[in-house]
Amino acid sequence: MAADCQVGRTVRSEHENDLPIRNPLMPSLLFWIFSALMLVFGAAVVINRNPVASALSLVVCFLGLSALFISLDAFFIGVIQVLVYAGAVMVLFLFIIMLLDLRAEERRKINAVAFTGGVAVALALFVQIFSIIRQLRGADQPFPALATPRSDDVREIGFLLFDNYNLPFQIIGVLVLVATIGVIVLSKRELR
Amino acid sequence: MAITVSRPKLTWKERIYLPAILGGMAITFRHFKNMLLGRTKVTMQYPEEKWDSHLPDHYRGAPALVRDVSGRIRCVACQLCEFICPPRAIKIVPGELPSDDKFVKVEKYPNEFDIDMIRCIYCGMCEEVCPEQAIYLRKDYAITGFTREDMVHDKEKLLEIGGVMEGVVLKWNEQK
Amino acid sequence: MPYFLILTSLMKIIGVIFLIILPMVSYSVYAERRVSALIQDRLGPNRVGPAGLFQPVADTLKFLLKEDFTPAGVNKFYYWLAPCLAMVPAIATIAVVPFGSSLFGVPMLIADINVGVLYVFAIASLGVYGIVIAGWSSNSKYPFLGGVRSTSQMISYELSLGLAVIPIFLLVGQLRLTSIVRYQIEHGWMLAPFIGDWTNPQKWLLAIPMLVSFCVFTVAIFAETNRLPFDLPEAETELVGGYHTEYGSMKFALFFLGEYAAMITGSAIIVTLFLGGWHLPVPSWNGGFHWALVDGSAPGWRGIAGGLFNIATFFAKVAVLLLIFIWVRWTLPRFRYDQLMRLGWVFFFEIALVNIFIAAIILAYYPV
Repeated sequence: MAADCQVGRTVRSEHENDLPIRNPLMPSLLFWIFSALMLVFGAAVVINRNPVASALSLVVCFLGLSALFISLDAFFIGVIQVLVYAGAVMVLFLFIIMLLDLRAEERRKINAVAFTGGVAVALALFVQIFSIIRQLRGADQPFPALATPRSDDVREIGFLLFDNYNLPFQIIGVLVLVATIGVIVLSKRELR
Repeated sequence: MAITVSRPKLTWKERIYLPAILGGMAITFRHFKNMLLGRTKVTMQYPEEKWDSHLPDHYRGAPALVRDVSGRIRCVACQLCEFICPPRAIKIVPGELPSDDKFVKVEKYPNEFDIDMIRCIYCGMCEEVCPEQAIYLRKDYAITGFTREDMVHDKEKLLEIGGVMEGVVLKWNEQK
Repeated sequence: MPYFLILTSLMKIIGVIFLIILPMVSYSVYAERRVSALIQDRLGPNRVGPAGLFQPVADTLKFLLKEDFTPAGVNKFYYWLAPCLAMVPAIATIAVVPFGSSLFGVPMLIADINVGVLYVFAIASLGVYGIVIAGWSSNSKYPFLGGVRSTSQMISYELSLGLAVIPIFLLVGQLRLTSIVRYQIEHGWMLAPFIGDWTNPQKWLLAIPMLVSFCVFTVAIFAETNRLPFDLPEAETELVGGYHTEYGSMKFALFFLGEYAAMITGSAIIVTLFLGGWHLPVPSWNGGFHWALVDGSAPGWRGIAGGLFNIATFFAKVAVLLLIFIWVRWTLPRFRYDQLMRLGWVFFFEIALVNIFIAAIILAYYPV
C-alpha cells in the first residue's frame, strides 16, 4: 500500500506533513458537546409534530455528526457528510415536505397505546445493546491511538475506493444508474 | 380562433446565444464609459443646479400681491379674484381706508388676503381678472411648508414675494 | 504555541470579516447602485458624503431604525432564523480561502484544511436553507414560490459547480486551496500559464479545458448567488420580491447583504482557483527578463509590504470580478424557468463532464 501511494502524481506542499497543533483537552470536550447536540436534535426529529421542524433538526444532527468526523481528523468524510446529506438530500426532503400539505400531522392526537409501545421497543433495544457492550471484551478500555495517516485522507480514501473496493464501487454505480433509469421510465410512462 | 404564431427560425449564431450576450455587454459598457467621461447628458441636479434662469416669461408660478412705486398695496379688495378662483384658494377680508389716508378715495383695502397654496392650481385667472393689476403670478415654484398652515400665504408673505411693480396703472396717483 | 495560534486566528477572523468583507459588502451595494446608474445614463446615489460614499452608512442606519415588523401569519421562530441562516454560510466560506501570502510570518488564511474546495461547496450548499426557510415560514404564496425555485435551482447548479473544478484537481492532485495557489505560482495561472516553461504549447493546450471550467464555474456561481440572469428566486416582476417579500428592516437587510457576501466569497473562490489567488507576478530584469514573485517571506519591511501587496492584489481581483457580476446583471434579461433548468442540466452539466474527459486525456498524453 505504501508503494501504491507513490503511483499517483503528487504535488507535495509544505503543509502535508504538518499535524494540527491542538490542545489535548479540546477534542474530548468537543466530542461531548457535539454528541449532546446530536442526541438532542435526534430526539427533536421524533418529537417534533411539524415535519419541516423535524427535517431541520435532522440537518443539525448531520452537522453534529460531521463535526465528530472532523474531530477525528477525517476531514473528507466530515465535509462530504455535510455536502451530500445536509446540503443535497435534506434539501430535497424539505422540498417535498413543503410541497405536501401536512397540517393533519400536526393536529393528530397522541395514541397512548402506540406511544407506550414505541417507548417499550426503544427501551428493550437500549437494554440489549447495553448488555452486549458490557460483555464485550475490552469495551472498558480506551481505544488505541490512531496511526498517523501517511498522506492526506482524501488520497487514502481514493486509493481504498479505487483499489481495494473497486468492484463494489462500480457495482454501486451501476445500481444507482439503474435506479435513475427506473425513475425516468416510471415518470415518463403515460397514465392510463 | 386560435392563432399559431410561427417561431422565427434562429440561425446557429443566434442559438448559441453568446454573441448576443457579448453584444449586449458591449452596449452597456459603452453607456458606462460615456457616462464616466461625461459625454452623456444627465438630469439637472436640482438643489445645486436650478432652471430659474431658463424660465420662460409666461411662466406661471406662485401668485403674489404687488405694491406700486409709492409703496401702496395695489389691491383694492374688490374680491373679483376671490370669485373667479376655480379652487377657491383666495380669501379676502376687505377693510375701509381711514379718512386721513393719502389714498382715501380708493376707499377699500385688503385687511386680510390669504391664498391657500395647497389649493392653488396656478391657473392665473386671478391675474387675468384683476382690474387693478395688483396680483401677479411670479416665478416662484418651490412652495414648501411643514404644516397646512405654513402653506397658506398671508398678506405679508404675498407682498414679500410680489415686491414693487412700476408703471402700468396710475389712476389712483395724484400726478395722473 | 496554541495560544499564539488561537490569538492570530482570532485576529485574522475579526480582521477579514469586519475590516474587509463587511465593508466590501456594503460598498458593493453602493457600487451596484452607482454602476447600474451609469449604465442606464443616470447618476445614482451621490448625496450622502462626497460622491455619495457614505450612502451605505445611511442605508444601515435606515434599516436599523425602521420598525421591525413581524407579520401575523408567520411561523415566528423560523421567520427569525432564516435571515441568520442566509448570512452565516456566505461569510463562513471565506475561512478556507487564502487571501494573502503571509504577514509577520503568519499565513494569511484562517483554516488551511486539506479538503478546502469541498468545504466551500458544503457550506455554500447550506446557504439554501436560509432562503427555503424564509419562503416557507413567511406563510405567503410568493415567498414560497421563491423558496421552491431557489431549492431546485441551487441543487441543479451545484452539480456543474462541482464538476467544473475537477480538471483543476486532476492537474494539481490536491483539494487544498493553498496547494492550488502554490501550483499556480510555480506553473502560471490556470487561465494564463505564462510563468515557468510558458513556451511549452502543451501547457497552453491545457488552458483550453481550464477556460471552459472557468466559464461553467462562473455561470454556476451566478446561479448559486441568485444573481441575474438567474435571479428566479427573487424575480421582482413575478414574485413581488421573492423569498424575502414578507421581510422588512434589518431582517431584509441581512438577506440583501447575505447575497452580496455570497457574491464576494464566490468571486474569492474563482480568483483562488483560476486567477492565481493572491499572486501577481512583477516583471523584473535580472540579467534577463523574468517574473519576480513578491510575497511576505522577505525579511523586514519588504516582507510586510509584500504581504500587504498580496492581500491588496487578492481583493483587487475580487473587486474586478464583482464589477463583472454587476455589469452582467444590468445587461442580461432573466431566463425563463424551464430555460434555466435546461441550461443547467442539459448544457452546463454535459459541458463540464466532457471537459473533465478532455482534461484527463490531455494530462494522460502530455503529463505536465
